[in-house]
Amino acid sequence: MLKRRIAAALLVSRGLVVQSLGFGRRLPVGRPEIAAEFLDRWGVDELVLLDLDASREGRQVSVELVARVAAASNVPLAVGGGLDSLSQVDALLRAGADKVCVNRAARARPALVTEIARRFGDQCVVAAVDVTRVDGVLRPWCHLERAPLEVALDVHLRDLAALGAGELLVQATHLDGAGTGYDLELARVAASAVDVPVLVLGGAGHPSHLPELLEQSGAACAVAGNFFHFAEHSVTVTKAQAARRGVAVRVDTAARYDDARFDDDGRLLKRDDDVLDAMLHTRIPREVI
Amino acid sequence: MSRFRVCIVDYEVGNLRSVHNAISRLGYDARVSDSADEVRRADALVLPGVGAFEPAMRQLSASGLIGPIEARLSRGTPLLGICVGMQLLATDSEENGLHRGLGWIPGHVRRLRPPSGLGVPHVGWNDVRVLLPGSPLFARTGDGTHFYFDHTYHFECGVEHAAATCDYGVTVTAAVQRERLMGVQFHPEKSQAAGLRLLRGFFVAAGAPGPGPC
Repeated sequence: MLKRRIAAALLVSRGLVVQSLGFGRRLPVGRPEIAAEFLDRWGVDELVLLDLDASREGRQVSVELVARVAAASNVPLAVGGGLDSLSQVDALLRAGADKVCVNRAARARPALVTEIARRFGDQCVVAAVDVTRVDGVLRPWCHLERAPLEVALDVHLRDLAALGAGELLVQATHLDGAGTGYDLELARVAASAVDVPVLVLGGAGHPSHLPELLEQSGAACAVAGNFFHFAEHSVTVTKAQAARRGVAVRVDTAARYDDARFDDDGRLLKRDDDVLDAMLHTRIPREVI
Repeated sequence: MSRFRVCIVDYEVGNLRSVHNAISRLGYDARVSDSADEVRRADALVLPGVGAFEPAMRQLSASGLIGPIEARLSRGTPLLGICVGMQLLATDSEENGLHRGLGWIPGHVRRLRPPSGLGVPHVGWNDVRVLLPGSPLFARTGDGTHFYFDHTYHFECGVEHAAATCDYGVTVTAAVQRERLMGVQFHPEKSQAAGLRLLRGFFVAAGAPGPGPC
């Protein structure tokens, strides 16, 4: 049975992974290949690397950086940032990316989505859509002009799928860095608008937010950026809590936390002293593949 | 002793770097190459591939490598096809018209037709059921292991060649095997530890050294 996915977004600015707040402020996290390596070991299902400045600066995400991230991880890698040509897509795939995310270019020249799908397969194209709320109404949004698009959200998403996008990544820009939970209505609208898998980003701040998204919408994948940094085993701990709620996620890591206890913030609680005492005498061999 | 040599066949399609990264991580001498000499010297062959069937088949034919690969196979060199590289082993494919494949494992590549509610492509992590218990591919992972899939078409072959399947509303062929000719629909190079275990199983059966200090 196909599992629901938990993906991590690596938001990159000036070569560093950052936490993004309010779709503008950034806090540095560290080198992308190191973040990728940890997230991979913690059992993340996919990485989504987005260069936040590329479009605005009129350049494309660095192929060299993508190669470093791909070499440090062993997990599907989607890459986006200023892409507008087939040759750039080709270079990224050769560097180790599996899919590319197109955002601005899909609006400026929709045929590019079709061209990438024809040449590299539709599984290779993820159409990324920024979304905001205007007077409470969900609207696709242009991050360069900082203005909503004229088209209705569901129509826009259906158009992108019809052009050949194999997956859609919808990002709630109004919740960027909020940590208050996903925009569930956005997830439901997007997932029911199209047949292709929908990835949702924006708003995660607690391990329960990710299973909540997957339970209450048809989204294929919960994506979180800021939330996965600065907490050891963040992905594994999130998956343990999702699995406990009955969400079908993949739990393949050596550490599973299936018998762990969590506090109200979803953080691991210390085990009882007698359990820790017993563990002192347990030898856990490191797996050599 | 010279290192175990793997040739990753480069015919201008696909994410070769990731396959190379994964095999190198296991400690083998992996070379991405479009040279017939390299094919002849390899201890094991890997045929990767993404994208559509017809351009992949066309590029492979144009590379002039089919002959050298067949020659190696007839001497018992094992080959692992990945994704479209696995589909190319089939008799034909119905992707964008009917196209002839290599025909090394009888079967047809057909579009996935899952029940309503499940879209195509079939993308994400799915657990496989191993049908061929002796297959070296699954010797180190076993039943129920998750691998990363991303495809719209799949290889419909006889039960005698289906090494593993997975469930996506319909039964999807996850791996095929005909003696030392093997193929996987999923991406072991992107399937974390499970994928590395699968690759290790394939190479060890091919005569490569196992894990541990060399």
